Amino acid sequence: MESLDLAAQSVRETNQFFHDLSSSDTREFEILHPNGAHNIAVGLDAPVKVHIRGHAGYFIAGMNKQAEVTIHGNVGWSVAENMMSGVVRVNGFASECAGSSGHGGLLIINGDASSRCGISMKGTSIVVGGNVGHMSAFMAQAGYLLICGDADHGLGDSLYEAVIYVRGKIHGLGADAREEQMEESDYTKVNELLEMTEFNYDPKEFKRVASAKTLYHWSPNSKQFAVL
Amino acid sequence: MNSNQSREESFSYNQKILNYIYQAAETGVYDIRGLGAKRHLPTFDDLVFLTASMSRYPLEGYREKCETKTVLGTRHAKKPIELDIPITIAGMSFGALSANVKEAIGRAATEMGTSTTTGDGGMTQEERQSSKILVYQVLPSRYGFNPDDLRKADAIEIVVGQGAKPGGGGMLLGLKVGERVAEMRTLPEGIDQRSACRHPDWTGPDDLAIKILELREITDWEIPIYVKIGATRVKDDVKLAVKSGADVVVVDGMQGGTAATQETFIEHAGIPTLPAVRLAVEALQEIDMFGKVQLILSGGIRTGADAAKALALGADAVSLGQAVLMALGCNSPHYVDGDENVDVTSEYQALETTPGYCHHCHTGRCPVGVTTQLPDLEKRMQPEWGARRLTNYLRTVTMEMTTLARACGNSNVHHLEREDLVALTVEAAAMAKLPLAGTDWIPGEKKL
Repeated sequence: MESLDLAAQSVRETNQFFHDLSSSDTREFEILHPNGAHNIAVGLDAPVKVHIRGHAGYFIAGMNKQAEVTIHGNVGWSVAENMMSGVVRVNGFASECAGSSGHGGLLIINGDASSRCGISMKGTSIVVGGNVGHMSAFMAQAGYLLICGDADHGLGDSLYEAVIYVRGKIHGLGADAREEQMEESDYTKVNELLEMTEFNYDPKEFKRVASAKTLYHWSPNSKQFAVL
Repeated sequence: MNSNQSREESFSYNQKILNYIYQAAETGVYDIRGLGAKRHLPTFDDLVFLTASMSRYPLEGYREKCETKTVLGTRHAKKPIELDIPITIAGMSFGALSANVKEAIGRAATEMGTSTTTGDGGMTQEERQSSKILVYQVLPSRYGFNPDDLRKADAIEIVVGQGAKPGGGGMLLGLKVGERVAEMRTLPEGIDQRSACRHPDWTGPDDLAIKILELREITDWEIPIYVKIGATRVKDDVKLAVKSGADVVVVDGMQGGTAATQETFIEHAGIPTLPAVRLAVEALQEIDMFGKVQLILSGGIRTGADAAKALALGADAVSLGQAVLMALGCNSPHYVDGDENVDVTSEYQALETTPGYCHHCHTGRCPVGVTTQLPDLEKRMQPEWGARRLTNYLRTVTMEMTTLARACGNSNVHHLEREDLVALTVEAAAMAKLPLAGTDWIPGEKKL
């Protein structure tokens, strides 16, 4: 494993190093002394493995493609935002907007994720070991958000086609989100997501939340005046 | 009561307001429409140039050279944008507009050496291929947004707000969400689609500063980053955009257009372009960034005179949206099929409007094929014809601008200055902080 030390080189130099790699490079790297720096390992497009050894700031692994990035610590806002493919793991906690607008790939957060986790997601999968904050999966269009803990209020507000699975308590659903019956395909999907993580839960413990689709067509009769 | 009083229309409850109340009472919904504000507003028409005579020396009409080259994004980017003219094309989405229109715009912009801009829904292959200089928008919805297209862009525009609907998100009603649009936006076909009004991954200027750094990192600091705001609290917003790291600030006044939003937004939110440009320039001057961060002005720029006045007031470039659509036939009574003008007045009537008054972009049933996704309508605006029309229009606007610049004694349109302008109305004088014509009075200014 090759080391890149942020105590000795800048985030700019580190990202440029990754951007200069061949798109088929499969090497493994570790980034030392992140010390809360923002924008580490953004815009990666190679099947490399990157370990960030410590806490990191905002937008870590943003717009990731192909790479497998593991943060051995906590992260700030918008980890793995707009991810296209690959895997991003947070061994600690994640702040707001984790996995926002992601198109693909898998984001795993071992601890809690703060508010707006999975906001605007477009096909990515997110698995949170702990709880998520309010307004998670707001306007989420496609993909899966699996929450092993509790979900704060406003969950799934204005959902489109994304599906949310919650093991713990739901403190409140957002506009047009509703709890639905778990089907066999849901148990299969939950199991599939759990198998990609280290979480060992029974899929039967999870509830399904999806869009009631009353806001799909603009109408005076839809609940557009809903408040939290 | 005498007969005159019985026929007196109420100012507060006139026929327009009565119709609004009747419709609201009948339907329970507000009006959604396209284009921009229709109400009377102070505009650049309320300003005139003090062209040269004895005290200034003019340049010869269309003969002497008048430079129009424009450079944007010099603050941080390795590759600033270099334009042949200071007139750019505003962001308009594939979805709101047809693929033919996007291609026509790209071809005309390339012919004129200027930039065009993507829009909600992402970048189409056609517009990337047809546009030599393409600005890629980062919008709150992030529909179709991806790092591959980001790296293909020549500049990035982070859209915080839009003049037609500052503080509001976009709308694309179901008829326009066809198969291709739905796929690009990862949405079910045919639904009424809402674009978010706030970004998913940042909320305030301190977060935006980090977001801008992320975009710079991903593009290796090569291309400029614009921040676009709808004109409301212009001074604060321009300063915050600059603080966040913008290379270019785009200020869009309330006359700016939209594909669809609530009418109450279009007519009652934001401030006109005229005071917006003055406030934006003052903001840049107050933080010593005037000339270091470039300013693009948009919102109701229609003519070379408008563009010249915007530059005289301190803008580095202007951006056109609605006027571009009109050059392509928007609101025309006919479309062109070969050598034939095909009258479509009856189709306007089916939309309960008439040529010259239409704002039904939101319906997707544009009779001249500009704001539609329906194949039968889209083919009415062919890219080659549209590119020729738009090139002609942009060329005319540029020539008018240089004509006025020369008449003011300038060999470069960027040398136009505030001192070349006076106002025709008290309102325009107050908003632009220019003297009322024939006086040295600037409303609101204290004389020393």
